[in-house]
Amino acid sequence: MAYFDISRVNALTLFIFFCIVVILFIEKARADRNLYIRRIAGLNAIDEAVGRATELGKKVLYIPGIMSIDENQTIASLAVLAHVARMTARYATDLDVPNKDPLTFASARETVKEAYTLEGRPDLYQESMVHYVTYDQFAFTAAVSGIMVRERPAANFLIGSFYAESLLLAETGQASGAIQIAGTAEVAQLPFFVCACDYTLIGEELYAAGAYLSRQPAMLGSIKGQDWTKAAVGAAIILGVLLESLHLFPGFKAFFSIQ
Amino acid sequence: MFLRLRLPLLLTLLAGLVPVVAFFFKDEARAVKAPASWLEQDMIIVAGFALLLGVVNVVQSNMKKIERRDKGWFFAVVLLGGMAVTGLVGALGAFRIGGLPGIGNYPDGRPTPFAWCANYLFTPLQATMFSLLAFYIASAAFRAFRVRNVAATILLVAAVVVMLGRIPVGEGVFGRFTEWLMQIPNGAAQRGIIIGAALGAASLSLRVILGIERSYLGLDKGE
Repeated sequence: MAYFDISRVNALTLFIFFCIVVILFIEKARADRNLYIRRIAGLNAIDEAVGRATELGKKVLYIPGIMSIDENQTIASLAVLAHVARMTARYATDLDVPNKDPLTFASARETVKEAYTLEGRPDLYQESMVHYVTYDQFAFTAAVSGIMVRERPAANFLIGSFYAESLLLAETGQASGAIQIAGTAEVAQLPFFVCACDYTLIGEELYAAGAYLSRQPAMLGSIKGQDWTKAAVGAAIILGVLLESLHLFPGFKAFFSIQ
Repeated sequence: MFLRLRLPLLLTLLAGLVPVVAFFFKDEARAVKAPASWLEQDMIIVAGFALLLGVVNVVQSNMKKIERRDKGWFFAVVLLGGMAVTGLVGALGAFRIGGLPGIGNYPDGRPTPFAWCANYLFTPLQATMFSLLAFYIASAAFRAFRVRNVAATILLVAAVVVMLGRIPVGEGVFGRFTEWLMQIPNGAAQRGIIIGAALGAASLSLRVILGIERSYLGLDKGE
């Protein structure tokens, strides 16, 4: 016990609470398969975007962000990529996935390959669909902008972790006339995507994308658990504001301070 | 089945749990902290090997592009040429071949061939790409601030006030209102997004650690 960091007991309490709520809802979802999850316009538009590319006979461009696989947004993006790849396999539409990070590149390649196999079209899968570009942020941006301008994909997906290149890519895609679906949890980049893209997955919508698209009860249950935790956090904030305003229970505020 | 499914999920469980457990222990708890630190270092080593995979892919895919004379094949020639030249001068410098002092500058301040490539080719190209952002911000702002409905009008008014409040001539008049706009309504919206995203990330992490979310392994629910 001497090694346990007592100043983080509050974080441990919240962590255990969060895990219990999420696991409870996962179990509940397994028992009751009719869980309601609100409609997410950006995810419903994926069908429309891939459909448009198929009708026009043009490719779908999917950019899984610029960060590595240790970033949660990249993992969430790969779940969306799996869905998009299954659709392009189903409709025999060209797919292009340029990568900046080598680990993301390896995972994206496995994801796309598996999606084509699961869709029963391994013959349509080509190694060149998922390719590595460069590790440099702006060289990657220049290369992807070049693809957008030269090859004019009908649908661009910019889903994952983006930084300064977000607007450069989104504006180039906008100018090329492609339907664009973006998603990120980087708050500073969200306004750029909202301005330049047709649909934007904002923050938690990106993390919920995999569960929403798969419709797996266990995945949907975790979203429900997350929502209830968010409600609890909201209630704690309101209670904290009231208690601080009334100068009552100063320990309540101190409990949420993590060192 | 074990190598394809169970082993990766078991490794994910361990790699996910170790840093979480280490967070709740003091630095003196070496038995818990050391594996977490080892995992962090391990990630860098794995990424280094993966970069090699990426370089091989760049060469292969661009060679194919040139062979097939695909659209824009000339850019592939430029890319491979640049990569070969930079790689060669970098290797010569790194191994100090031909009297090169390394990959930086000579003692008298002259750049080595690799430093010349970096300073006079690579950095200006990066700066050019980044500076394009100013023009793109202008075009995106033009589209976003068009008065189409009530929400767009509010956005336009707020943006004009903030822009005026951030320049010396307007700071005296709009400065305090700008700060209020940025810290109260804008800050509240941002916090809402951040709290939602943080819980979403935690929920996704839990799904990954428990093996419910497997798409990053290229696996579907069917397996």
